[in-house]
Amino acid sequence: MSSSADVFYHVAPVIGNGFTYPNETEVPWSELIVIYPYITGLVAGAFVVSSLHHVFGMERFAPISKFALLTSLCFMFFAPTPLLFHLGQPTRALNAVITPHWTSAMAAFGYVAGFYICLLLLEVWFSFRADIVGLSKSTTGVMQKVYKTLTLGSDDVSASALHADHTIARRLAMIGIPGACGLHGYVGFLFGSLKTREWWSSDLMPIIFLLSAVGSGVGLLIVIYVVACWWRKQTPDNGAMQGLLYVLWSGIVIVMVIEALEMVQMIYKAREGVEGVFDLINGPIHVGLFFQWGGGLLALLITSIMMLKTPKGSRLVFWLFVCGLSMMISVLAMRWNVVIGGQELSKTMRGLLTFHPEVFGRESLFTVASLFTAPFVVLYLAQKLLPTVWAGEELEPEERVFDIHKAI
Amino acid sequence: MNQLSSEEKMTTQDINTEKEASHISRRSFLGMLGKGAACAGAAVGAGGALASAGGGAANALGGVGPTYQQEPEQYAEARKNPPKIPGYNWTEHKWAFGVDSNRCIGCLRCVEACKMENSVQMDRNHTRTWVERYVYLEGSDHAHVDSIHDLKNVMPGSKETRFVFDNRYKNAKVTKAFFVPKLCNQCEKPSCVQVCPTGATYKTPDGPVLIDTKYCIGCQYCVQACPYGARSLNHVRGTAEKCNWCYHRITKGLNPACVEVCPTGTRIFGDRMDPESPISQFLRNNRVNVLKPDMGNMPNVFYAGIDKEVI
Repeated sequence: MSSSADVFYHVAPVIGNGFTYPNETEVPWSELIVIYPYITGLVAGAFVVSSLHHVFGMERFAPISKFALLTSLCFMFFAPTPLLFHLGQPTRALNAVITPHWTSAMAAFGYVAGFYICLLLLEVWFSFRADIVGLSKSTTGVMQKVYKTLTLGSDDVSASALHADHTIARRLAMIGIPGACGLHGYVGFLFGSLKTREWWSSDLMPIIFLLSAVGSGVGLLIVIYVVACWWRKQTPDNGAMQGLLYVLWSGIVIVMVIEALEMVQMIYKAREGVEGVFDLINGPIHVGLFFQWGGGLLALLITSIMMLKTPKGSRLVFWLFVCGLSMMISVLAMRWNVVIGGQELSKTMRGLLTFHPEVFGRESLFTVASLFTAPFVVLYLAQKLLPTVWAGEELEPEERVFDIHKAI
Repeated sequence: MNQLSSEEKMTTQDINTEKEASHISRRSFLGMLGKGAACAGAAVGAGGALASAGGGAANALGGVGPTYQQEPEQYAEARKNPPKIPGYNWTEHKWAFGVDSNRCIGCLRCVEACKMENSVQMDRNHTRTWVERYVYLEGSDHAHVDSIHDLKNVMPGSKETRFVFDNRYKNAKVTKAFFVPKLCNQCEKPSCVQVCPTGATYKTPDGPVLIDTKYCIGCQYCVQACPYGARSLNHVRGTAEKCNWCYHRITKGLNPACVEVCPTGTRIFGDRMDPESPISQFLRNNRVNVLKPDMGNMPNVFYAGIDKEVI
């Protein structure tokens, strides 16, 4: 039996004579549930960038669109893992899929996540099929067998076949856009639909989750892209970086406005227990809010200056990297403030709790760090497997046929 | 105490973990714990995977139509395959609970009886029922509230198994004070049932909301959704935990353990289908209230004598 009191403690006296319900002294959703929406957010954000090229044909994103797609897939593999670690009975996780109880928002999770993983897998396969065929013919030994298997027996690289690949991948991406919005809007709904938690119960929650996902996802792409280019001793593509700047700036502006509106609305409505909200803001989550708003404002300030000055080259890369990183930190802090903060404000609205995360253990910071590192490792392996991810899609299908033949 | 076919209803893991968990408790509480656990597990498990609910049938409160936040198929399944409790038909009862706050003396025997009867975790952070103390001091418009999770109310040396309200207001000028027992409200529209992703928690036609501990995945969405803080996670079972009005007892014609031990008659229990039952009389003779009516959950625990400060 765990002695929860060691981990969490009751700091009730906030509003004069604070009080929480006895069962509330244990925070039900820990840091694992912070990382879950964070990872799905990164998936959605990265997917949006890849779609800007695949669906809308924005050529400036061509050098990173396949990479963005692969990033999205690698992170999506790990999106459900924090939930598994969190469950009291993880071996029964599939119960929710086998016998879903449809009045529950959570019952749809398995289907939503499963659908999205399948969609991403399909899109990745169609986007990389020509490359896989090329690799299956230019490699030898075990790797050749691996690539041959990955072609799934489809090694037609004629112009019409490549055109079909492109069309299908584009259509999948078109389905993926509402899919990504749905996936992340849905995560916001999981929280926003709970009437018991004043801090969560907001109609704006799905939209806030979705928009912050775009911000953090683009931030992640910038960070990985810059680090990968530095690692591979290459210069990041100026056009792509410029495009990422535009998307990041738009994301930050919209999400900050909506978040501010939500906060103002809550305070202005001043429903019963609003004093508890003030105490929460000034108390347990004030550091988190500092990172959330500080990171967001810093990124907004720098990107705004960059929008005006339009820097190029290493200046653009450095400052955009700073913005991407601070946006990632800001959104991570936002997830913490929402998930943990919502539970630190008692359902009595008359008391606060302070959450102390465990460092080691099943639900601990170590687990979170491991689960968050895993997608990066998988992404590293994936780009080793599919090195053409860096080639971009600047070539026309006909030219790629030539390219592949040359590889053979 | 009558028992159901008990242990075959529990998973091996439940039994093993139960044995480990109840080691101290069993020693301390004369073996009652194991029986209670087996009995509770059996009663809860008896529902199987079915998740009942009132579909279109007339409900005992006089309303017609779906009162529970569940699906019609589950209701049909519940009717077709009721739990195997000898001599008990869950469509012939409508249980309800009353709390006469004026009578409560805050002795906390109910809390301890519940923990013994239902193998609730023996610490101050997990409980199926609790009592809140509301104290108005002179010159204050707001009550000071405390309960069993306050370390000062844990009996010294009891390792959080016994509780007693401390004497902190001995030298204060108290203008008004009262106790309010709390427990699961077995709502007509339970948010916990609505959000359960597997249907492991379900509303029975006779009133209580039960948890199938063999099917619960321990996601704690229900813990978040309960407006009353009545649910917690049982770390031993890895599943949700809450009061079920001692379903294993009431289906045998017994009172819930907390009602049984209450020395003042604060806790009143009975069948609303029986006009002469204690609860029917209580509801007839008192002006009652429910907690947080604005939540729309339609609780089935009715309070007499509570104050605006009660949350």
